[in-house]
Amino acid sequence: MGKKSIVPFGPQHPVLPEPIHLDLVLEDEIVTNVIPSIGFIHRGLESLTEKKDYFEMVYVAERTCGICSFGHGMGYCEAVEEVMDVEIPDRAKYLRTIWMELSRLHSHLLWLGLLADGFGFESLFYQSWRIRERILDLIELTTGGRVIFSVNKVGGVLKDITPDMLKHILTELDQVEADVRVIEHTFLFDYSVQSRLKGVGVLSRKQVHMLGAVGPFARASGINIDMRSLGYEAYGDLDFEPIVSSDGDSYARCEVRIHEIYQSIDIIRQAISKIPEGELSVSVKGNVKGEHFVRIEQPRGEAIYYVKGTGKLYLDRLRIRTPTFANLPALVEMLKGCNYADVPILILTIDPCISCTER
Amino acid sequence: MRPNREYKIEEIDLGDLLLNVLDRKNRGERISQICAAYVDGKYELSYSFIQDGLHRFTTLRVICDLDTEVPSITEIYPMAVFYENEMKELYGVNVKYISLDYNNKLYRIEKETPFLPKEKK
Repeated sequence: MGKKSIVPFGPQHPVLPEPIHLDLVLEDEIVTNVIPSIGFIHRGLESLTEKKDYFEMVYVAERTCGICSFGHGMGYCEAVEEVMDVEIPDRAKYLRTIWMELSRLHSHLLWLGLLADGFGFESLFYQSWRIRERILDLIELTTGGRVIFSVNKVGGVLKDITPDMLKHILTELDQVEADVRVIEHTFLFDYSVQSRLKGVGVLSRKQVHMLGAVGPFARASGINIDMRSLGYEAYGDLDFEPIVSSDGDSYARCEVRIHEIYQSIDIIRQAISKIPEGELSVSVKGNVKGEHFVRIEQPRGEAIYYVKGTGKLYLDRLRIRTPTFANLPALVEMLKGCNYADVPILILTIDPCISCTER
Repeated sequence: MRPNREYKIEEIDLGDLLLNVLDRKNRGERISQICAAYVDGKYELSYSFIQDGLHRFTTLRVICDLDTEVPSITEIYPMAVFYENEMKELYGVNVKYISLDYNNKLYRIEKETPFLPKEKK
């Protein structure tokens, strides 16, 4: 039996920008148990429903997180629209889909960069973020913002994307795709990268299912769940299949996300080719009376938005269940039995967003 | 509107909670979220489950008084630990026997039960 020790990890750690704290119980260099603590950046956004009316809550929802900002705004708006039986115009659905996929692109490229930084491949980190800049430029061009877009509203969207912009997006995406193919080769076939990712942090399909994991983390273990297949917004009109791998290790998580980048590019191309003319929004009258759960696929996985209102201007309850919150139990399980040196990489492979998690 | 709107809310008694949850687990459903709400002087607890592939989203709804003891479901679904700690801490729901009880230290906040109206604390 080796020497037992408890090592505190986080909330500030050079490799991990997210403020999560873990007490790692080690036996020599092997992690035998993990006790996680969160709560360093809890802002109580859900309770702001007492002070902001349901229109203003769109902006609160968007500020849940800087990476999935658009998705949070969209999910919230959808939940309110479902309760109020509001049918938004088709053009708005396509615009939301395009922005959602641009968000996924920039999130996945951000993650690839962080992962490369995590295993000490600095130039790969620079290249991933260089490509991401193109996506951020597209987001800035079409919405005016790079982090918080603020283009969602209950009943549709606030801004349009002109035909010239759509053409420019297509041109840029060609370049992004070509650039990603170059870094993909390093991520998936470089010997040193493989040695850090292959066979590390393996979770079986059954484990992932019972631990309730979601998103690329779950799909990398063979679980075929992608909320986009529910057909919300314009996804019902577009062709795509969830990207699934069966290996369940860190390499599979990386592979799934890289393939999802190509998938998102394809979805945007399809959406641009089919986007109809028309209005951007419909006028919404009345207040929220009733309740509804809405599920959308954020870059990190399934997110749930629950709204409940009793006919007042202010909601009674807003609940946002973020993907990282669902992935925490699986993270804890994955860390048990791993080598201490692999802990930062394994945490990164779930693409944690603690800002989302704590709201 | 969403093409697939299949979601259901089933109201159950608190005494039937564990049996219902166990039944869901035996059917292979995964837990999707748990949350509390404060409505008309009572807690409204929602336990949501998903049957993947079928896109079936069911929520078990339990309504109980503020001082009622609510049994933890972490023995059935260990991953419920964060959800239960959260509703205990933010709303003050009296959840008993959580497998890992953070004792109001999950979120590092000074306010006790910040989501519960002041007059009810």
